[in-house]
Amino acid sequence: MHLMLEFGGGLELLCESVKVHNVNVDMPKGADKLTMKDLLAWVRTNLIKERPEMFMKGESVRPGVLVLVNDCDWELSGQLDTTLEDKDVVVFISTLHGG
Amino acid sequence: MESNGEGASRIRREIEALKDEKARIEQKILDLEAQLQEEASLAHQQQQSESVCNGCFPSVSAADANLAHGLTADSIYRYSRHLLLPSFGVRAQSNLLKSSILVVGAGGLGSPALLYLAACGVGRLGIVDHDVVELNNMHRQVIHTEAYIGQPKVKSAASACRSINSTIQIVEHEQALRTSNALEILSQYDIVVDATDNAPSRYMISDCCVVLGKPLVSGAALGLEGQLTVYNYKGGPCYRCLFPTPPPATACQRCSDSGVLGVVPGIIGCLQALEAIKIASDVGEPLSGRMLLFDALSARVRIVKIRGRSLQCEACGENTTFNQQHFKDFDYEKFTQSPLSTSPPKLKLLAPDSRITSKEYKERVVSGEPHVLVDVRPEHHYKIVSLPKSLNIPLTSMEARLPEISSALKEQEEGTGSGANLYVICRRGNDSQRAVECLRNMGFDLAKDIVGGLESWANDVDPNFPMY
Ligand SMILES: [Zn+2]
Repeated sequence: MHLMLEFGGGLELLCESVKVHNVNVDMPKGADKLTMKDLLAWVRTNLIKERPEMFMKGESVRPGVLVLVNDCDWELSGQLDTTLEDKDVVVFISTLHGG
Repeated sequence: MESNGEGASRIRREIEALKDEKARIEQKILDLEAQLQEEASLAHQQQQSESVCNGCFPSVSAADANLAHGLTADSIYRYSRHLLLPSFGVRAQSNLLKSSILVVGAGGLGSPALLYLAACGVGRLGIVDHDVVELNNMHRQVIHTEAYIGQPKVKSAASACRSINSTIQIVEHEQALRTSNALEILSQYDIVVDATDNAPSRYMISDCCVVLGKPLVSGAALGLEGQLTVYNYKGGPCYRCLFPTPPPATACQRCSDSGVLGVVPGIIGCLQALEAIKIASDVGEPLSGRMLLFDALSARVRIVKIRGRSLQCEACGENTTFNQQHFKDFDYEKFTQSPLSTSPPKLKLLAPDSRITSKEYKERVVSGEPHVLVDVRPEHHYKIVSLPKSLNIPLTSMEARLPEISSALKEQEEGTGSGANLYVICRRGNDSQRAVECLRNMGFDLAKDIVGGLESWANDVDPNFPMY
């Protein structure tokens, strides 16, 4: 499944300062769909190069990170259970505090 | 003829005298400006009461009849380009003139927000800040001028706003916003603009807006990115709905550590002014339930849909008991594990015998002691300025580069035939402690850090050493 992943608000520093990643992610063995839970595990293994605790906490993202699936807060689509489709755009963005 | 020394001290005395005079003149200007402001608002009131009086008599001119919307002739001229906008017009402008807006923070976001809010005719504009203007603020905090360096930001910002628009009321709150004064200050305004720069302030301001029922225009900027949304507006989410748990303190970067391109908060601050104007004038669709994400490098603006009010929210949820008293008692610094003020934290990780002061280090250099100095700042910091003969090994890559430290130590020992010491320095003395702790765990038992880092070197040893 082809997905576009984007990291912002400083999270890109965890993946070698690259913001946009066009990736192919396979469905887990025996599953007929790919969920956000699967994708997070995949991102952690394949894209996060340092300080994984700055990206994840438990099986979800750490507090202060917004997850957007096709420009929509993942809270509205089922969070970890959100089912992804081909060509979906997933944005991970850390909330900023500066001014 | 006077000697060089006498000449220099005479010049210094003259500079001091001129500086005193400059300060006196600036104070005089401030006083006069305040007087002018008072005169203007008196004249304004007089004008208004006169027009009320005219109403007692049969209408004498068309102009009087048309002033029913409350705009004076001066206001009509000043705001004519607003009045000419069909979608804004007289109704929106008089709403604006009757509104009151509080801007918390007169920094990178607050600067442009305040300038536009003053210019557009918000009836009463409040400014909260406890900082003073510094030279390293000026690249982004465009409301301040060099003449105000060292003076309170509130004074500087208020004076700039008054010089743009002397017909509105500018209120100075020269204090740090705390749970002890926030309710009293925020309750005096219709709309709050969060232009602060730290996590605890953002939770505190949002909670205060929830208990007072005020809409909150929230902006943030760091590096080359900005974010903007409106909280607590007509049943929309509050800050806690979106971020019920605070992020780890290490995830909260500050402009003073990570840098920020000046124009980025400028853009977000302008957008904050726009959202505040829309709410105050009751025009358009405020950015509630949506968030604007701005990425300067790729020139992209993304507007995303965010969750609505959370029923479980501790501040605004269905069964919450959160009220003014809870707000006053809440410890936001403890909650977010970070300070409300912008001053950088001072870590105390190491025992005193694992540390030396910058003065002691200077003495050891002068005495020719064999040693290696490791600078653990990121490479782009090191490029700005560094101490001579230091070895740049950023903290994040230190574990992988320990062999470089070992061989540098060996080289020193070969030259002198005795043991070489290992010192670690960073910008302010926090990362150097983390580095020494790590080095000691890896067998470098003699590693010591320099207390206060390069900042203390500049303060205590070499006043000409550039700081950033
Ligand atoms: Zn809430």
